Amino acid sequence: MDDLYLSVRNLTKHFQPSGFSRGPAVKALQDISFDIPRGQVVGLVGESGSGKTTIGRSILRLIEPTSGQVIMNGTDVVRLSARGLRRQRRKMQYVFQDPFASLSSRMTIGRILMEGLDIQRLGSKSDRQARARAALEMVELPEDAFDRFAHEFSGGQRQRIGIARALAMQPEFVVADEPVSALDVSIQAQVLNLLRGLQMRLGLTMLFISHDLAVVEYICDTVIVLYLGRIMEIAPAAELYARPRHPYTRALLSAIPTPDPIRRAKRQVLTGDIPSPANPPSGCVFRTRCPLAVDACATSVPPLREMVPGHSMACIRDEAII
Amino acid sequence: MSATAPNDVGMAPSGSMMRATLRFLSNRAAVMGLVIFLPILLAICTYSLWWPYGPNAIDLSALNQGPSMTHWLGSDGVGRDVFARLLQGGRTSLTVAVVSVVISTALGFLVGALAAFGGRFVDGTLMRLVDLAMTLPPVIFLLVLASIAGTGLFPTIMVIALLSWPVLSRMVRARLMELRERDFVVAARGMGAGIRHLLLRHGLPNCMDIIVVFATLQIANAVLLEAGLSFLGLGIPPPEASWGNMLNSARSSVVLEQYPWQWMFPGAALVLTVLAINFIGDGLRDAFDPRSDLN
Repeated sequence: MDDLYLSVRNLTKHFQPSGFSRGPAVKALQDISFDIPRGQVVGLVGESGSGKTTIGRSILRLIEPTSGQVIMNGTDVVRLSARGLRRQRRKMQYVFQDPFASLSSRMTIGRILMEGLDIQRLGSKSDRQARARAALEMVELPEDAFDRFAHEFSGGQRQRIGIARALAMQPEFVVADEPVSALDVSIQAQVLNLLRGLQMRLGLTMLFISHDLAVVEYICDTVIVLYLGRIMEIAPAAELYARPRHPYTRALLSAIPTPDPIRRAKRQVLTGDIPSPANPPSGCVFRTRCPLAVDACATSVPPLREMVPGHSMACIRDEAII
Repeated sequence: MSATAPNDVGMAPSGSMMRATLRFLSNRAAVMGLVIFLPILLAICTYSLWWPYGPNAIDLSALNQGPSMTHWLGSDGVGRDVFARLLQGGRTSLTVAVVSVVISTALGFLVGALAAFGGRFVDGTLMRLVDLAMTLPPVIFLLVLASIAGTGLFPTIMVIALLSWPVLSRMVRARLMELRERDFVVAARGMGAGIRHLLLRHGLPNCMDIIVVFATLQIANAVLLEAGLSFLGLGIPPPEASWGNMLNSARSSVVLEQYPWQWMFPGAALVLTVLAINFIGDGLRDAFDPRSDLN
């Protein structure tokens, strides 16, 4: 792929226990590598606690990664100085999951939308106003929202404001962290369509985090399946849904509710809980819940291998799978 | 009653402020505090315009006289008007209280902010310092500080200010640490916000309730501290009037028994003012607490 926008290499994040307690570090991310071509949407799926949000926030350096590289359009974001990072922040924005927590209750919508422009001192005061109003229009909110407060809006409207705040900065790259999972199903489709439309119109590159596989299938070009801080499988969306290879992906897909009783009979159910990231299993992290696990799975971490062009997975049991 | 009124869209400016005001006004004790305190404040501020006697003017024809038409609250042993001294003393006491509270509030907020945003090491150091300041017995700490700083208006202000900031810094630190993890603050950081922006645009507005309540209650406390220091002769030195050094005169048993107006009135003014401010402070605290409901 020649026109790469974002390239993540060996991203690792360990959370050290704070204070005097000397527990093991929580290994939230282990050796994450993937690419996003310019203008594409890559989906990140996984259970709670698999590290989805940590990846999104580490890429934008909202939390400091322990090691690894995040090359965004040629610049390594992890290595940027405080000043360089401040400039880089214009180009990368974050959309939050919770539309109630992500907007300050003490600022008008206008101030919220202009906050980033104020911080970066972009343009004159009237320029900033114009940009904020344009962003409001992009997310299809009425103009009089500008002078109102967040508590006057519904969840869906607030999420649009969150999106407008990110877009007001005119970013190149957006991390959307479960932007619709806090919304009613009827509103989800609206916000999703809006986001997809804006992404295509503005040519945004996007990392879309979700635990909802149907949502991801709809909006993403490529999907990354995450489990306990490691990548299990990467594939183009259509390919992943048609021919899932990794046993974990298969289990996830079969967990999608279907109205078809024949398919329902074949459902593969995972037992047990996701292990603690403070003490992950040796070798393949999925082996404790994998129906195909053998002794060899415990000895070494399976590398991510490209099975067919564009489709990689981390499992040594490929002959058993096919 | 009024706080449950439907949310008027349109009359926006901060719905929470509006609700807090309504809650405050429906608190009987708080309104009473306001009704007592405001006239006292007015009298203290304006007395020199309408009262014929100055606080240090000596009337040798009226030594130790009881309350009368000319000297409403009587006069003291050197013929000074007690009413004038009472109001001048109120000026001194409230000046000391307000200025020291402004200083200690600023100090408390800054230390709290530094602890919350300065990283683990700075936080640890500052909080141990605060622990130390809070474990020292306040009376002894006060006496040591006062004997180092000396007497007078400015040293008294500093002594009181230095004694009272640690509690606030604790509360501010806790609030800011909670705030730091909130999404809208993370969003501001994600847009490149520095510490100044975070503190002024998000920290301060979200700490306003703590600060207002602390400041009011602390003013009452500072009035008492000043009185205590001046009574012990470590605060405002005579002939300057303050409520504390007026009470000091009651140490003489002659004054205590025979001229009660010389100490009773400053004592009453002190009690009344402190009580009123405390009621106001309690009312503010309840008004800002979203969990307190109107009954």
